[in-house]
Order: sequence, then structure tokens, then C-alpha cells
Amino acid sequence: MTNHNWQFQTERSLVENHGLKLDEFEKIVEGLGREPNLTELGIFSAMWNEHCSYKSSKFWLKKLPTSGDRVVQGPGENAGVIDIDDGDVAVFKMESHNHPSFLEPYQGAATGVGGILRDVFTMGARPVANLNALRFGEPNHPKTKHLLSGVVSGIGGYGNCIGVPTVGGEVNFHPSYNGNILVNAMTVGIAKKDKIFYSAAAGIGNPVVYVGSKTGRDGIHGATMASAEFDEDSEDKKPTVQVGDPFTEKLLLEACLELMKEEAIIAIQDMGAAGLTSSSIEMASKGDVGLEIDLSKVPMRAQNMSAYELMLSESQERMLMVLDPSKEEMARDIFKKWDLEFEVIGKVTDTKRLILMMNDKEEASIPINILVEDAPEYQRDYIVEEPSPIKEYKSEDFDQNNILKDLNTMIMHPDLSSRKWIWEQYDHMVMADTVVRPGSDAAVVRVHGTNKGLAMSTDCSPVYCKHNPYEGGKHAVVETWRNIIASGALPIAITDCMNFGNPEKPEIMGQFVECIRGMGDACSKLNYPVVSGNVSLYNETNGEGIYPTPAIGGVGLIKDLSNVKTLSLKNEGNLLCVVGKSNNHLGNSKYMTIVHNKEDGGTPEIDLDEELKNGHFVLELINKQLVESSHDVGEGGILIAVAEMCIAGNLGITIDEDKEFSHRFYFGEDQSRYLLEIRPENFDQLKQLSESNNVVFEKLGVVDQAIIKINNLNEIKVSELRNNFESGVGNI
Amino acid sequence: MKSHVIVFPGSNCDRDVAVAIKNISGHQPQMVWHKESSINQSDLIVVPGGFSYGDYLRCGAMASTSPIMQDVVKKAKEGVPVLGICNGFQILIESGLLDGALMRNSSLSFICRDILIKPKNQSSVFTKKTQVAKMPIAHNEGNFFVTSEQLKKIQDNDQIAFQYCDENGNVSEHSNPNGSLENIAGILNENKNVLGMMPHPERAAELAHGCEDGKTIFESILN
Repeated sequence: MTNHNWQFQTERSLVENHGLKLDEFEKIVEGLGREPNLTELGIFSAMWNEHCSYKSSKFWLKKLPTSGDRVVQGPGENAGVIDIDDGDVAVFKMESHNHPSFLEPYQGAATGVGGILRDVFTMGARPVANLNALRFGEPNHPKTKHLLSGVVSGIGGYGNCIGVPTVGGEVNFHPSYNGNILVNAMTVGIAKKDKIFYSAAAGIGNPVVYVGSKTGRDGIHGATMASAEFDEDSEDKKPTVQVGDPFTEKLLLEACLELMKEEAIIAIQDMGAAGLTSSSIEMASKGDVGLEIDLSKVPMRAQNMSAYELMLSESQERMLMVLDPSKEEMARDIFKKWDLEFEVIGKVTDTKRLILMMNDKEEASIPINILVEDAPEYQRDYIVEEPSPIKEYKSEDFDQNNILKDLNTMIMHPDLSSRKWIWEQYDHMVMADTVVRPGSDAAVVRVHGTNKGLAMSTDCSPVYCKHNPYEGGKHAVVETWRNIIASGALPIAITDCMNFGNPEKPEIMGQFVECIRGMGDACSKLNYPVVSGNVSLYNETNGEGIYPTPAIGGVGLIKDLSNVKTLSLKNEGNLLCVVGKSNNHLGNSKYMTIVHNKEDGGTPEIDLDEELKNGHFVLELINKQLVESSHDVGEGGILIAVAEMCIAGNLGITIDEDKEFSHRFYFGEDQSRYLLEIRPENFDQLKQLSESNNVVFEKLGVVDQAIIKINNLNEIKVSELRNNFESGVGNI
Repeated sequence: MKSHVIVFPGSNCDRDVAVAIKNISGHQPQMVWHKESSINQSDLIVVPGGFSYGDYLRCGAMASTSPIMQDVVKKAKEGVPVLGICNGFQILIESGLLDGALMRNSSLSFICRDILIKPKNQSSVFTKKTQVAKMPIAHNEGNFFVTSEQLKKIQDNDQIAFQYCDENGNVSEHSNPNGSLENIAGILNENKNVLGMMPHPERAAELAHGCEDGKTIFESILN
């Protein structure tokens, strides 16, 4: 890049300031047969940045399994679509809003929610649930409190106002996010299978219509900013963060859904990252047509906006549609009713070019294929680093008398403590279909007017990914799968949000490649395909990358809501049993990282055959009504899972005396395990079933009054644990 | 049995309350767009929760000037039962049908969780069937306040509909989620035909909600 002889009239610094490499600029000149003007340069910059073009990731993303019996629409549209029977589909996607949220946490997070909601209702679905996956720096880092409270109120501020319940999510704290937090927002919507809307423009001469809010100067170059690393001066980028207006989005949602009941919309695309640029080019490219737009017709919030500004503004709450011309007036009336802008700004053409006019002057003319098909695609160099070695720990390595004390320490740590302080700030019950609220393994939302529901969960363990990206990638997928199973639902498909550092560094690219490989293996084995996703690279500050964080959002179907399971213990005298084999893996466990402040010892490995077998076994038991409550054994191991069940049900447990009384048993993070509460009279039948299925199934203890007893010497009151559990996150 | 649910731009509990009314009474309420100027003969008008006009300016302030509100006020004065839930409560205060003000929660944050309430007035058309009841709140501005003279007036006239309480019905600071004066969760107008309440009975109205305590409020008015 450095030795180019600059032979163009366009200033070299102008090209660089647009985030374009010099050879990318050469490619533009070659494609156009001339140098681009400023507006065109801005358009190329917006389309060819990492965020919009997936230029470093595309090659690898193609390796993920994306098809399945229930997949109606895989990656490539605004959101993925799966069949949930009876002519209904679920539409969902997760997306990152990391950089803006670090600069301005409230608006960054709020507009992240707004953007993903639009992706879902653009496709004709009514959003029914929001989830999120959040990473912050160390709890005691000076910025963490401000960022956490800003992000949480931003997510709540948007979701609460628009009236979509925020039902689930996950939060981690780790120093690798001190300078670059992650805010990933997911929306799930429901539509009719024969009423899904796509973005391919069609019908030469049909009107291109702009609806929603007016365009202002906010967010210009947001997507380019999101594709760059941070340094000390990043605070100066604050003006590139957009401002959200959930009220207008609510009107836009209702107006769009009202219009979608009519046969009027030929194509529709929301204006998200890179605003009018990416939406118009996306529609033209998908439809293999051209678009001619008269920018002077775009509703404007500010005076004297240039073509460049109009094309690159990321003002929120806007949509672009191609309409059936005979329905134009009817559509206009609907948007008028909702007090929203409705303006015909252009038409579909057969030129296969994007032509922009402003006050009768041509501001841009670019062949669509140069922007899309010819966009740069890189197969970046990568190095796969050796995974951290697995370390064996012995029972004697830790003082057994401290087990309950350590449990207390762990349960009040922000990584494991109750997230109540967070979810109480989210309206998680609006729409009156929330069946399982936040705090269980998966949230369950009823499909309105039916007796079936969707189970949803987001997950990722970045420490696992850092120390073994392949196993970490598997784990993120499998953890959501397990959460969905534990709630009594059949897992169907996932969306992913790939948050990584700078892909131009071979070791970061290696993490990406390995996480994808792990995810792909897990998805294939579990018949759990990827239907949508998003990539966020360059998550670095001053050259330090974040931990690899492939956040996964899983969705499952529960056909009969009476089979829903939660983690709260139900009755004294019931038995608590463990499904799956315990191998005492303590490396990189929460016990080691929280109590001993030690991040080593390898990532637990997942046997996907075991995973599949155990999961299907648990689901079968739930469907046979043999399970009272269920919980997956995740971070923190068996004793944390037991404590969570006890706290939720306000009951306790007496653990069998013959169990190995050691840290590695209680806090080991072996995979593919569940805890099930069963009635004692069912134990023999279950034991038999487990043997015929070749599944490890063992009794752990008996449900008791609200005290956890591990042999006769050690006990702790559940009320004491609850106080500690609920003290964590809110006190940061 | 004819009921009406007013829909403002930004209402988001309009469908939820309509579903609850349909399930409980068997009759589908009529949805009334805020730009309409009058409501037909009605046995119950509901002003639902949500964020009318985005809660911009002040919660409920803009909605209270919507065309339909003139008729709601008129019908209320004629004795038609009017129920305002959450944002609906805020709108009824702003339109002058109820006394007091709803300030930001004392925690200064949005709160969504189950709480317990019990009726103070036990004879009104809304409260007569309810005892200690569990249902969710979900609001940022539910901290009820009135001047001491107004408080005395609403106390003397038995206008306190619901108070936040604990499992045993004790009204204490501990059971107060948002700082409301006297733990007030809902109040009535002088004639007791208008109720404004912050909790959401429509979200505790069927088995799938995990609690059906909210049904009693609808049952007492709909039957």
C-alpha cells in the first residue's frame, strides 16, 4: 500500500479519510472508467467498508451450514426466517452496535435496538421479543458503571417505548472490553409464511418511496467509523452516533404492518448502516435493476443538505420501498394517518445503475455491479494458534472446607450474579405473551393467540473462545441449544454476531476462522443452522483486540406451552439429578477466574455426539411430563446451577453424602450436562430410560427446605445466597 | 356490554387490554383512534398503557389534548366508567379527570416487576371484587404525588383505589416500589367512575401470565 505512485487528481488524503485503501480506489477508477466525484467516493466508502461489505469475513461465513427443513430464508436478507408450523414463521437476527455504544452508551444501544427491530419488521413480521448480548470491561474499571447504566437504559428506553418486550440476554465483564464494549441486539418477530417481504426491487418505472423520519446530518459515515479501530481521539467521533426516536419507530412499525396487509409493497428495505446508500443499492442489486433517485425530494431535517450528506446520513427510523403504482395513494393515506413522511423520490429503471439527481444535476451514476459484485473480498492471512493446554486439577489442590464460602464469592460476582437490576429496567411483559421471563435458561414467548411458543437464548463464553477458538465457537452454539432444550423447546436455528479484533492481524483472523469452524461443526451436528448474522471487526483500542466473541442467539419452538420448564425448584422431597458426564474440568472455569484470578487451564471440550444424545434425552423426558424443573449446567458448574434453582424456587437441597466432595466436582465446567428435578416415584423409570439411551444419569440429592446442605457439616441458607446473588450487577 | 379502548400514537398496551376484556367478558372491545371526535354508547372506556407521543414533553400531556379526549372527559362526567392504566393514568391526570401528579420513580429508573396491591376503597365499581392482588408494574413515572390538602380531600372522599402492600396486605415503605405518596397505586375521581392505576391488570389476566389476580378488576366492571 505504501509505495503507490499517486497519479490521481483526487487527493490521496481524501481517499484515506474515507477508509478506502489505495488499491481499492484504483479498482473504483477502473470500474467507473474515471475518477469518482465526492458523492460517489462517499458511496463507495460506505459500501466497501467492512461493516457493509463483509470483505474479510465473507469467504469464511459461506462455510456455515445455513439450510434445514425449517429454514425459509437463510442469510442474505434483512433477517432469517424459520417455519414454526401452522403457516407461521419466526423472523430474527442479531446485530452489533459496539462502537457507537462505547462513544455514547444510551443512544448507541438505543439505536442498535431500533435498527434490529427495523430489520425484522421490514420483512413483514411483528417483533415480539428483544434480546441482547453485552460485554463490558472489568467491573471496577472507571468507565464500566457509566457504560453499563447507559447501555441498559438505552436498550430499555427504546424497547419499552416501542412496546416490544426485552425478554432475555447475557452480560459479561472482562478487561479485554475495557476500551471496546460490545452491544449486540437481537429481535425476534412473527409473520405469516405467505406474507414475507423481501428487498429485491422490480417493475421498471415503479415508484421508489421514502417513508419515516426526515433525513438530518446525524450519523454521517457511521458504518465507516464502525469499521475502524479506536484510539485516544475516538471521543471526537461522537457526532457520528445517531439519535434514536422510538416513538417514530413505533409509528413506522404500525404504518408498515398496516400497509403490508394490502398487496402494495413490491420491495422494502430499511435504512440502517449507510442509510440511503446501502438501502437503494441493496434493492437494485437484489432485483438486478437500476434506480434513479431525485435527492431534492428526500424529506430533510436540515437546510442545504448536499447529495453527499443525504446519501451518507444514518438518520434513524426510515424505510425505502418500491410500490405498486396503483396503490400509491392508498399507501400515502396510511402514512399520513400515522403522521409520517411519505415521498416518491425515484423510480426503478433498466439501466442497472444508481443514478442520483439533485436540482436537475446528475450527482452520481454508478453501475450497481461495481458496488456489489465487484466489492473487494479478501482472504486474509491467518495463523491458528495452539489452544491453551488443558490442566488437570486434583481434589487436594483446594481446601474442601471452603466450598460454600467460594460459592458465595462466585455468586455475587457480576459475571454470575442475578441480572435482575438489568431486566427490571426492561419492560419484559408488554404484549402480554411472555411465558418465561428473564432469569431462566431461555425466555419463552407465546405466539399470540395460540398455545405454542418460541424459546430464545443468547450466549457466548469469550474466555473459552480466547483459549481455544474452535471449542469456544462450538460452545457458544451449544450453550444456546442447551438453554432452549432446558426450557422444553426444540431448538431450530441461530443468528450470530461475530465480534472480533482487527482481521488484518493473522492471529485475530485465525480466531475468526477457528470460531467459525467450531460453530459450523456444532450447527451441523445439532441440525441447528445459521439463518442470519452480522460481523463486527476492528474491535480494538490502541492496538489491543477484544477477546473473540461470536455471540449466538438461538430460537426454538415449543408446540404445547404446558410443557414449558423453568429452573425454579418445585417441591420438597423431589430428587435433583444430573444428566451427562462430569469430568472435573476446572481450567478457565468461573471458579478459577473469580476465586483464584487465574485464566488458564484450557477450554472444556465438547463431544457433540454426547451433546446431541443428552439434549434429546432431556427433551424426551420433558415431553413425557417426567420433569418438574430443569436447568443446564453452564458457567460456574454444578453448584452454581443448584444454587440458581434453589434461589428461584426458594427451596434447598441436601446433596447425597456419597458424592465426591471436591471443588472440581462442584465447580467443574464439563459440557453437555443438565440438572433435572423429578418426582421420586419416577426415578427408576428414568434410570432405565437413561440406560437404554446410553445417557449418564445420576441422583445428586433431595429437594429440601431453603438450605443447601453438602454433607452434615456444611450448609448455607438460600436467603443468604439470594442476598448475595442479587447484590452483584447493580452495585458496580 | 360495550367497551372501547382508545388508541393514541405510541399506545402499546391497547391490544393487551382488548384481549383481556374479550377473554373475560366475551365481548370484543372497539378500538377508537385518537383523532376521532366521539365514542358511541359505552359501558367502559379504557385509556391504555404505552408511550403516547413518546412521552415527549411530559407523560400523557400531549395525548390529553387529542380530539377524542374531549369526549372521554364528557362521558366521564356523565358517569361512564373510565379506566386509565399506566400511561392511561398519566393521561387522565393531564386531562383533569383525576387529581395529583405522577413523578419519576424514586429510583430514577424504569421498573418492570410484579408488585402487590390492595384496594382501599372497597365499594367502587372497579375495586369491589379485589383483595390483595399480584400484578406487574412497568413504568418510569409512577411516583404519585398530591398536595396535603388534595390528599386529605381524596382520603375523606374514599378516592384511594389501590395501595402497594406486602403479602399480608401491610402498606409500608418496604412495599412501595416507586416512592408514591401513601403507597398510592391508583386513585378514583370524586364520583368513583374514573380509575387511574399504574399496575397492569391486563398482564395478570390468564394462566399463561402466571397469575390471574388482575381479572377481578375487569370482572367487577364488566359483569
